[in-house]
Amino acid sequence: MTQAVREAPVAATRRRVNVAAIAPFAALALVCALGALANPRFLSFDNLTNVLARSTFIATIAVGQTLVITGGGLDLSVGAMAAFISGLTILFLNSGLIDNIPLLIVSAMVLTLAVGALCGMFNGLTTTLGKIEPFIVTLGTMGIFRSLLTWLAQGGSITIKNNDVRAAYRQVYFGDVFGVPYPVLVILGVAVVGAFILYATAYGRHVRAVGSNEDVARYSGINVARVRTITYVLQGLCVALAVIVYVPRLSSASAATGLGWELTAITAVVVGGTRLKGGVGHIWGTIAGALILEVIGNIMLLSNLVSEYLIGAVQGAIIIIAMLAQRGLMRGR
Amino acid sequence: MPLEPEQRPPARGADEGESGSHGPVLEAVGLSRSFGTVEVLSDVSISVRAGEVHAIIGENGAGKSTLMKILSGHLAPSRGVVRLDGAAVELKGPVDAERRGIVLVHQEIMLAPDLSIAENMFLGREVWRGPALDDREMNRRAAEAMRVFGVEAPVAAPVQRLSIAQRQLAQIARALAVPHRIAIFDEPTASLTPVETAALLRLIRELKAKGVALLYISHRLEEVKAAADVVTVLRDGKRVATRPAAELEPLDMARLMVGRDLLALYPPRPPAPIAGPALEVTHFSAAGFAEDASFSVRPGEILGFSGLVGAGRTELFEALFGLRKGAGEIRLNGAPQQWPNARAGMRAGAVYLTEDRKSKGLLLEETLATNLTLAALDKFQRGPLVDRARETQALDEAIERFDIRVGDKNLLAGQMSGGNQQKLLLAKMMQLDPRIVVIDEPTRGIDIGAKQQIYRFIAALAAEGRSVIVISSEMAELIGICHRIIVMRNGRVVGEVSGETMNEHAIVVLATGVDAKAEGAGA
Repeated sequence: MTQAVREAPVAATRRRVNVAAIAPFAALALVCALGALANPRFLSFDNLTNVLARSTFIATIAVGQTLVITGGGLDLSVGAMAAFISGLTILFLNSGLIDNIPLLIVSAMVLTLAVGALCGMFNGLTTTLGKIEPFIVTLGTMGIFRSLLTWLAQGGSITIKNNDVRAAYRQVYFGDVFGVPYPVLVILGVAVVGAFILYATAYGRHVRAVGSNEDVARYSGINVARVRTITYVLQGLCVALAVIVYVPRLSSASAATGLGWELTAITAVVVGGTRLKGGVGHIWGTIAGALILEVIGNIMLLSNLVSEYLIGAVQGAIIIIAMLAQRGLMRGR
Repeated sequence: MPLEPEQRPPARGADEGESGSHGPVLEAVGLSRSFGTVEVLSDVSISVRAGEVHAIIGENGAGKSTLMKILSGHLAPSRGVVRLDGAAVELKGPVDAERRGIVLVHQEIMLAPDLSIAENMFLGREVWRGPALDDREMNRRAAEAMRVFGVEAPVAAPVQRLSIAQRQLAQIARALAVPHRIAIFDEPTASLTPVETAALLRLIRELKAKGVALLYISHRLEEVKAAADVVTVLRDGKRVATRPAAELEPLDMARLMVGRDLLALYPPRPPAPIAGPALEVTHFSAAGFAEDASFSVRPGEILGFSGLVGAGRTELFEALFGLRKGAGEIRLNGAPQQWPNARAGMRAGAVYLTEDRKSKGLLLEETLATNLTLAALDKFQRGPLVDRARETQALDEAIERFDIRVGDKNLLAGQMSGGNQQKLLLAKMMQLDPRIVVIDEPTRGIDIGAKQQIYRFIAALAAEGRSVIVISSEMAELIGICHRIIVMRNGRVVGEVSGETMNEHAIVVLATGVDAKAEGAGA
């Protein structure tokens, strides 16, 4: 009898959780339908792959951000970090240390990943060992990374000088496998690995526990600092991956590179249903969130209904609507 | 207090002499309440007069809290009426209820953790001096209110730095600061030790003498026997009995609550162990809370830790397990140990079960299986993967062994009753197969049926040769299950009782340092 009492709200909760998990995909479908209505060209293969490829940077970074946020952290430095790492990557490509072009590019990629991991580790160790709010730490490193890039570029931009290198590296962004562009494969790969880590491994379970209730995690013998630090390292690796795909697109980095990516990435995470205060993360929801943002931008370019200068306003409105919808679903009767 | 426009005086001392001739102040007539299709309270009628203490008892889920929430305006009844002085009223919310003189002391602590006791107590009713808050006056009044309980509490410090018992007392003081003539207490003593409990019971007698009508929920039946004039027993949402407290012994109450005959509350004690100590702690200190504590426990022994609130028992063990700052010597089977964090203790085969299961013990928003395996997840891995099948199997075994009563195994931990949560916490730590088990307040806020089971589990752990340390504020349960009890006072180990000397009087003398007449302690 009393058990029946306790069960009643549960069934309702589970139904609600499912709705909340599906919501981002429903929203994505809705936005795509709107796109098709606004401009038939929207559904063309070229346009769709273009949208997907362009969303790679945000989607990749946002998967890392999902892990960080699920673990109860936050990383505001990702945009500046992307710019800084891009600059270093291009400087390495320009350095002439390796003559063999494919080897040079592969070495650059490895270096990029290593620098990304180090940048993430710096963020992670400073928040966990220094016991400082992640908001403050990453606000600081955001300034540091951005400023380092500006200094490296002496206020201008850093560009790949060697045309052969540029042409060879271009393939990473513009090439494809059976018509599927590499960037799309990157999104897919990052999402699969991210979802695997978060949902299937013991480490992922620990991330959720730490984000859900730090004390319970500590009393359960979980090394909270280590779990959190690793989320930042993974975030750094995701940023580095985004850079690896981004650099060949423009072959250049400047103070404007990655500007505002942190906010777009966090928007994607939240729109995807991940809880901002930690404990609940949705990797695939994040991917849907990133795509929603990109598709809306694309529709605004293709149609002339709303000025494209208002993209920021539309994205801002989306995050608020997403939060209201989430709250509605949580309370939902 | 200044802002309250009082329609009726809170207490009518003048009428006291003839209170018997008055009708009930507060009456519930045929109250029912459903959530969805489930009726959690059905057709319950009770009444309370001025100067009367009416205790409501029942197992978890019996509907006590629902009834109290209706009477204090937090919930509306599905059917039935609430009468105040004989006239039907519709309580529009807790504020409306308070305006009518009904206050509720909540079971769950509801204080803003970053604000002080004084700030919490005067929240929304702040005292001003000119354009600014009069902190000094509020602190003075808060300190006065706390002194009623015989507690010198740091009224200006953030609530989160206080012990659970101090918070509980602050919460009671806060509720009673509102002018009232009906006070509803929802398990006020769940986290109090005998001395504070005695102080609270004294306060209740004072309120009663002032003509306040009191409704009182508690799991501690001796306390109900001591404090109440009338006892109502609820079971499965229905009223099964209302009788004068004088006619009921605690065992009768328990029988009515459970609806069947109870065997003895405490299991037979496992044979006293003879082997050398498994765990030896010497000169251990927890910064600011416990000093120079030394003790040891044998394999198969149940060792109790008793003491007043603030005696430093919880803090000592948290420090021992690296959960807060501390230092000293630990030896496990003779080998020196250092446990800088909980994981280190676990590796050595020692676990600590927190007294605060809701915010430190379990992830309330996660499933039972996730909670069960959290501390021992490496045992449930296959390569990098968590082996869900083994987790499910472990959950089935835990449900079976610890009699966790859930209809649906996919429940979230926070949706279970306190008793089931405690069993889950125990099952969670037993996944590590520890040799040393420290259980802090194993039966706080859980019903008598679950309590009885927990005692049996503890005895079984000892019978398996494990060393069990039980920290508890309920002396009766320590005396009922332990081989030996260590008493702490002001952060120091002050003595030990066992065998013949193991009785409440001896413990109170050690815990308070004065051989007072055991005034109401534990009663």
